[in-house]
Amino acid sequence: MNALHVQVEGIGLWSPQLIDFDALRRLLAGETPAASAVRPHALTLSPNERRRATESVLIAVEVASQAAAMSRCGTGNLACVFASAYGDQATTDYMCRVLARAPVELSPTRFHNSVHNASAGYWTIATNCRAPSSAICAGSASFGAGLLEAAVLACADNRPVLLVCSDTTGVGPLGELIGCTQVFGCALLLSPATNAGMRLRLATTMSSPRHPPLPAECLAWMQNNPSAASLPLLAMLAKGHGDCVLAASEQLGLHVQLEMQA
Amino acid sequence: MRVTTLPLAVSAYTATSALGHGLDAHLSALYEQRSGLSMNDFSSTPLSCWIGRVKGVEDTVLPVIYAQQDCRNNRLAWLGLNQDNFLPQVHTARERYGATRLALLLGTSTASIGATEEGYRRLEDERLPADLHHTSIHTPHSLTAFVAAALNIKGPCLTISTACSSSAKVFASAERLIRLGLVDAAIVGGVDSLCESTLFGFNALELVSPEPCRPFDATRCGISIGEAAGFALLERIASQPDAPLHLLGCGESSDAHHMSTPDPSGAGAELALRDIFDRAGLDAAQMDYINLHGTASQKNDAMEARLVARMFPNTTRVSSTKGLTGHTLGAAGIVEAIITLLALRDGFVPGNAGVGEPDPACSSHFAWHNETRPLQMALSHSFGFGGSNACLAFARADRDA
Repeated sequence: MNALHVQVEGIGLWSPQLIDFDALRRLLAGETPAASAVRPHALTLSPNERRRATESVLIAVEVASQAAAMSRCGTGNLACVFASAYGDQATTDYMCRVLARAPVELSPTRFHNSVHNASAGYWTIATNCRAPSSAICAGSASFGAGLLEAAVLACADNRPVLLVCSDTTGVGPLGELIGCTQVFGCALLLSPATNAGMRLRLATTMSSPRHPPLPAECLAWMQNNPSAASLPLLAMLAKGHGDCVLAASEQLGLHVQLEMQA
Repeated sequence: MRVTTLPLAVSAYTATSALGHGLDAHLSALYEQRSGLSMNDFSSTPLSCWIGRVKGVEDTVLPVIYAQQDCRNNRLAWLGLNQDNFLPQVHTARERYGATRLALLLGTSTASIGATEEGYRRLEDERLPADLHHTSIHTPHSLTAFVAAALNIKGPCLTISTACSSSAKVFASAERLIRLGLVDAAIVGGVDSLCESTLFGFNALELVSPEPCRPFDATRCGISIGEAAGFALLERIASQPDAPLHLLGCGESSDAHHMSTPDPSGAGAELALRDIFDRAGLDAAQMDYINLHGTASQKNDAMEARLVARMFPNTTRVSSTKGLTGHTLGAAGIVEAIITLLALRDGFVPGNAGVGEPDPACSSHFAWHNETRPLQMALSHSFGFGGSNACLAFARADRDA
C-alpha cells in the first residue's frame, strides 16, 4: 500500500473540559487546563446564523475556525470534510418526536438543520467558500475514516483540506441507545507534505487500533464520544512525536506516524 | 498545477427504483416514458402527494445473520444488490484484487432513520422498543456497515451524506482512492428509502407537489419524493480493457449561498462543471447529453435552465428523469448516473417526463420526448442542500478520439 504524507497546518479542539488545543497540551503536561466552557463561541458565523445554528454546528464551526486561524491557509477556497458518527442527535430526537406526534408541525429550519452536511453548509456559507465540501460518517471509526478521506483529497488534488470531526451529547430515547454522553470536536488543517513542520505518514493496516498511554480523562472521553478517537493523534501532535493505529472502518486500521521536520 | 483525473472503467452497475428492479426495468420504463409515481400510501399520517415507491421492499428478507440490521433502507439495499448479477461481479473483483484492495463508498441522506421514526412511535417507557433497540439501525452509517458486511469488504468503507449530492460524490472519492493506488477497485452507490423525515420535512419547506412532479414545467409546484438503490463497480481501464463505459471525471463545489435553496446565479453549479472539464480536459461542446438535477422545485429548475443555456451549445441534449423516478434524494446521484450510462449504452436521450407546458426559460436544448441518437459523452448533475454540488462525466469506451 502506498503511504500518504500530509502536513498538519492547524489544529482545533473543543469540549467543555478542553476549549482548545493548548488546553490539551497543558493537560498532558500535568497542568490544569484553562477554565471549562458551556458553549463554543463559533465567531466565524454571523450573529444571525449563530442564533439559528444548533450546538452541533457551533462545535464544528468553532474547531474549524481554530484550525484555520492556526494555519496560514485562507478559508475562501479551502476544501473541507466534516465527519460525525451520529450527526446532530438533538435534531434527530426533535424530528422523531414531532413526527410521532404531529408530523405536519415539523419546523422547516429544524429539517434543513437535520442533514448530515449542515455543519459543512453553515461553514462554507460563513467563509464564502465554493471549494468542494463533504460530510461523512463511518460509525465509531468516523475520525479515522475522515482523516483518510481528507488526506487522500489533499494528496490527490494537491490542495489544503480542513478535516472536522465532532459529535454532540445524545438526548432522548436515541441518546439512551447510542450512549454518546459528552460533547467533543476537533479539526485538522492538512496540506500536501513539505519538508518542514509537523508531517504525518498515513498507511492503512489490518492491525487493531493502539496508542501510547493517555491520561485517564482522555480515555474516559474516548469511551463517551466517538470523535474523541482523535485524542491519540492530538496527543502525538502535542508531544511532537509518536505513532498510533486509528480505526478507519470496522475492519481497517490507519497507522499514523508523526515525523517532525527541522 | 493542474490536477488531472483518472478515467475508470464502469465494469458493473445496477439500479432499483420506482421504475422497477434492475436495468431492464429501467430501460423499458424510460423507452415507454412510464412513470413510477403513485399516490402517497406510505406515511402513517396522511399527506396528499405522490411518491416513487419501490415494489417488493416489504417482502425482501435479509440473510438471517443480518437480522439486527433489518430495516427498510437495508432491505432496499439488499434488493438492489441482488439485481443484474451485481453480487457475482463484486465477488470476482474481490477474488482478483483481495478484500483489502476494494473500497466501499455509499451515499445516503437519511439511511435507516425510518427505523428510528418507528421506534419513537412505539416508545416503551421512553426507550426504543426491544425489537428496534439495536444501534446498527439508528446511525447514519447503517447502510454502509450492512453492505460492507454483506460484501465482505475490508478496504476503506465510507458513508457520504451530503443530502442530494451524496451518491454522486462517492464517484469522486473512489476516483481519488484508485488514482493514489490505495485500492484497485471501488464499489460506489447509494440507497435512500421513503421515510417521514423527508416527506414531512420537504412538506414543511413547502417543496412537496400535491400532484406528480413536473420538472421544468411552467407551472411546476414542487418535488415528488422517491426511493432507490443503485451500485456501480469502478476499476482501472487497464484492468478492464473491454468495459464499454467509462467514468471520465467528477466535479465538486459548494454554493456558499443558503442551506436549503440553490444559488440562483448557478455559480456553484458552474464551478462543479468547470472542475470536471479542467481535470478531464473536456469541453462543454463535447457533451451529447446531460441528465439534469431537475427536481421540479421552482428555484432549482430556474437556476439549472439558465446554466444549460449559458454553458452548452444546443447540440447538448438535456432532460430530467425525476418525473419518472421521483426525487430519490441521497440515491439520486447513482440512479441518474445509471440512467446516463443506459442512455450512452443504447444511444437514446430519455425525454423530460411529466411536462405539460415547458417553462419559457427552457432553451432548445431540452428533450421533451425521447430521441434516438448516438451518444459519446454525457453528464449527470446533482445539487444538494447545504449547497453541495457534484457533476459526473461518462463516455462510451469506443468514442472518437
